[in-house]
Amino acid sequence: MDTKLADAADIAVTEAPPPRRVWPAIRRFFSAPAALLGAVGLLLVIGAAIFAPLISPQDPYDLMQLDIMDSRLAPGSESFSGVPYHLGTDGQGRDILSGILYGLRTSLIVGIASAFVAALIGTTAGLMAAYMGGRTETFMMRLVDLQLSFPTILMALMVLAILGNGVTNVVLAIIVAEWATYARTARGTALVEREKEYIEAARCLRIPGHRVLLRHLLPNCLAPIIVIATMQVARAIGLEATLSFLGLGASVTQPSLGMLIANGYQYLLSGLYWISFYPGIALLITIVSINLVGDRLRDVLNPRNAR
Amino acid sequence: MITTLIRRAIQAGFVIFAMTLIVFLGVNVIGNPVDILINPDLNQAERLRVMQNLGLDQPLWRQYLSFLHGLTQGNFGDSFVYSKPALDVIVERLPATLELALCAMLIALVVGLPLGLYAGLYPERLSSRLIMTGSILGFSLPTFWVGLMFILLFAVQLGWLPSNGRGETAEFLGARWSFLTSDGLAHLFLPALNLALFKTSLILRLTRAGVQEVVMQDFVKFARAKGLRENRIVLVHILKNLMIPVVTIIGLEFGSLIAFSVVTESIFGWPGMGKLIIDSINLLDRPVIVAYLMMMVVLFVSLNFIIDICYTLLDPRVRLDGKG
Repeated sequence: MDTKLADAADIAVTEAPPPRRVWPAIRRFFSAPAALLGAVGLLLVIGAAIFAPLISPQDPYDLMQLDIMDSRLAPGSESFSGVPYHLGTDGQGRDILSGILYGLRTSLIVGIASAFVAALIGTTAGLMAAYMGGRTETFMMRLVDLQLSFPTILMALMVLAILGNGVTNVVLAIIVAEWATYARTARGTALVEREKEYIEAARCLRIPGHRVLLRHLLPNCLAPIIVIATMQVARAIGLEATLSFLGLGASVTQPSLGMLIANGYQYLLSGLYWISFYPGIALLITIVSINLVGDRLRDVLNPRNAR
Repeated sequence: MITTLIRRAIQAGFVIFAMTLIVFLGVNVIGNPVDILINPDLNQAERLRVMQNLGLDQPLWRQYLSFLHGLTQGNFGDSFVYSKPALDVIVERLPATLELALCAMLIALVVGLPLGLYAGLYPERLSSRLIMTGSILGFSLPTFWVGLMFILLFAVQLGWLPSNGRGETAEFLGARWSFLTSDGLAHLFLPALNLALFKTSLILRLTRAGVQEVVMQDFVKFARAKGLRENRIVLVHILKNLMIPVVTIIGLEFGSLIAFSVVTESIFGWPGMGKLIIDSINLLDRPVIVAYLMMMVVLFVSLNFIIDICYTLLDPRVRLDGKG
């Protein structure tokens, strides 16, 4: 009886805020040329990462395919057996283009995974803080303030100094460094939403707390969190690349873009620019595309700009 | 006011205490100091002796107490790599990092403020749009990659500037500084520019947003109506009102410049604290790592403390003793 009532109330209450129309929002999203550019760039990057084994000329992890005679070839040259190296090769004779395609995989996976887990933890903390109030809120927000007063790279260094190097630890470091941003955003939005009538209505109908939190409060707080998450993926990818560049991240057998750039560092002074240059361009395209999409998402999802 | 001050000070002290606990537990419990510190070739008796020497055979709480005791005296133990007290190793590197961070801040200010002012005053001009697009690049470009490209362009291709080390230094106030010699300045330029890139974009955007807000205010309209010269309106009426957020950001971001110098220093071989900590993490030089982390904690907690106090002094509307 009780649950039935709650279900009925759920339906009635979730209809209270105006239903979001999807198509106009999507059309509005693409009306800005920069957003279109970003979306296309992002699709290209993701596509390249997914289909890396199919489109890359070489498997950079397969030692059988590498030939040390082909090392440090300039862009546009050909291998001994006639395979073209569009972007040149590195010190081990690895094709830079293939390295980038595979490196994108590591970078994207690390970026998306860490941003996702950080979002999960941060949003939960933020919503709980806003919903419960009192001591929990004070404590949680003190923690967030404290965390945000330290730069991300310092937090990441702290985690890596304690746990040691490696990809998994980099993901952990990014999560530790970034969760607080979500918590603050989630709490900020939830504090506004909490005061609205539909939450009050849900409470009056004695819908259990967790249900109000998950079915009523959370969906209406999602928009800003999605925006932040998009931007944070870009930041996470940049942070991972930086940490890998410093030699604290990805292993040699599974290079990310940062690692590829670091590989080229030693050849830079002898003018072999392409080993660092092209992976950097790939990183740049990835980050700029995500930021452009995120920027536009913020404009479109912001209810103040709705009309 | 006094109550707020005391409460903030107690909170800051508590935070530092909590961080000592986290750092100590992190390094001593999650990481295993025995494996890190002791040569694996030693036999059992020698291992025990070394453990006793380092105090690793003591119970954890006693180790923590002696860690705290060392902390109050600035004693973090000797660096394994340099065989000197860890704190000395770090403090030796402090001037290099400080110099780099200050120069970067100066560049960010000298470039970011005028450009932001211009972009804010004439938002419709093509040049303003270009500036704003450029600032997006400043945010998106990975700092370390830009640093590499700087080396490639200015050091390798053009051969204008050196790319490694501090160059010649001169003594001043008991420390050695690069900016006092022309060779040192040449060495300083690229790393400082690299470090400044992100902050330039930040100051630029902040200034632009500030200008657009201030321009709409009545006192600017009134100044225009009075027939004041445009120069005076911009330099006195607008700029003065911008300085509060800009100065705040400079204070807030100075600490992060020191933290982010880790990247720049590694690229340009700049012998500062940042390069030291990366080397130490790679060499597992535990005392230096702990000393660096604790120093950063103290630095950031004090920076925040000072900024909080400044806010209360400058703006009575900020009531710190409200919540928390």
